[in-house]
Amino acid sequence: MTRLEALRAVYDRLDGSAVVTIMGAVAAEMQSIGHRQNFFYLQHAMGLASSVGLGIALSRPSVPVVVFDGDGSVLMNLGGLSTLGRYRPPNLLHVVFDNGSLLSVGGFPTATSTGCDLAAIAAAAGVPRTACVSTADAFVTAFADAQRAQTLTTIVAKVDAVGPAAFVTDLGLLENRFQFQRYLQAR
Amino acid sequence: MPVSAANSKLVFDALKDGGVRLISALPETWLVHLIRLADDDPEVTLVRLAKEEEGVGISMGAHLAGVKSAMLMQNHGFLASINGIVSGAQLFRIPLLMLISDRGTFGERDPWQTEGGAVTEPLLAALRIPVMRLDDPNRVAVRVRQAQTLAHSSNRPVALLLLRDLMWEDQ
Repeated sequence: MTRLEALRAVYDRLDGSAVVTIMGAVAAEMQSIGHRQNFFYLQHAMGLASSVGLGIALSRPSVPVVVFDGDGSVLMNLGGLSTLGRYRPPNLLHVVFDNGSLLSVGGFPTATSTGCDLAAIAAAAGVPRTACVSTADAFVTAFADAQRAQTLTTIVAKVDAVGPAAFVTDLGLLENRFQFQRYLQAR
Repeated sequence: MPVSAANSKLVFDALKDGGVRLISALPETWLVHLIRLADDDPEVTLVRLAKEEEGVGISMGAHLAGVKSAMLMQNHGFLASINGIVSGAQLFRIPLLMLISDRGTFGERDPWQTEGGAVTEPLLAALRIPVMRLDDPNRVAVRVRQAQTLAHSSNRPVALLLLRDLMWEDQ
């Protein structure tokens, strides 16, 4: 599956959730499907998307939070998985798109391309529910199961190392940030 | 351990009075009482980190979600957080309240702290992060309040340095 197919497959399930994505291809592809006020794109600060999601989830336990992370980003902040596993916010769903590649910066292979298993690391770090999927159907099922479970879940979605032609969109970083804050204020 | 419990309580009370309800921390000697106070307070969520840069992301999320937060760290934790501060909190204009123990300056006995002590304030200046020193117990409450006010009016990170004179009783 491509990441774009995976995002499209769960797009309609994001209503009512605070959504945080990593930079680059994930942010651009989400916006190509359609930006919404409940989406925040962490352009840069690599590794910290799951930490931002944790901060939201702990601050607002009644708001479901979805983080769309990537293998390169998670590998920059493996310790963050242990913090997720420690606090286990039930309202946090952590998706890791794993294409085995630092696609946005030239496609250099990450450690997952040589066997590093992020779902196993998340489980060993204390994340109570984990899954690893490689088809769009399996991804939607795992995503829907995690939303129903209301238990911290990390889903590693194996995706092809393909992305959009360009990463810069016409949505300003600060426009997005203040819009997202106002969305959460109104919740 | 001659860390000042009384002055740690002053700092903690000032954070509470300012509405701080989420504190991220990575333990270090000077912060032991502050972390314990945060852990014991049912109104405060303490997030124990694996590495300090995570705290930048957590504070970003807390701010976007409407909760005031603070970070407790050693100056080496600040050094470890710099990318997150620049490409997270500064890029996205997040009011980050950082309380940084100022190890490695005059009076430091631990050789391993001394390099960090020499670069902390120059790095804060290079990053254009406003900084005030907390050294006088009588000024703690007002300076914490002022730091928080500037962080929120400017939507930027600010730093308070926890100095030896405040945190350590055996000078």
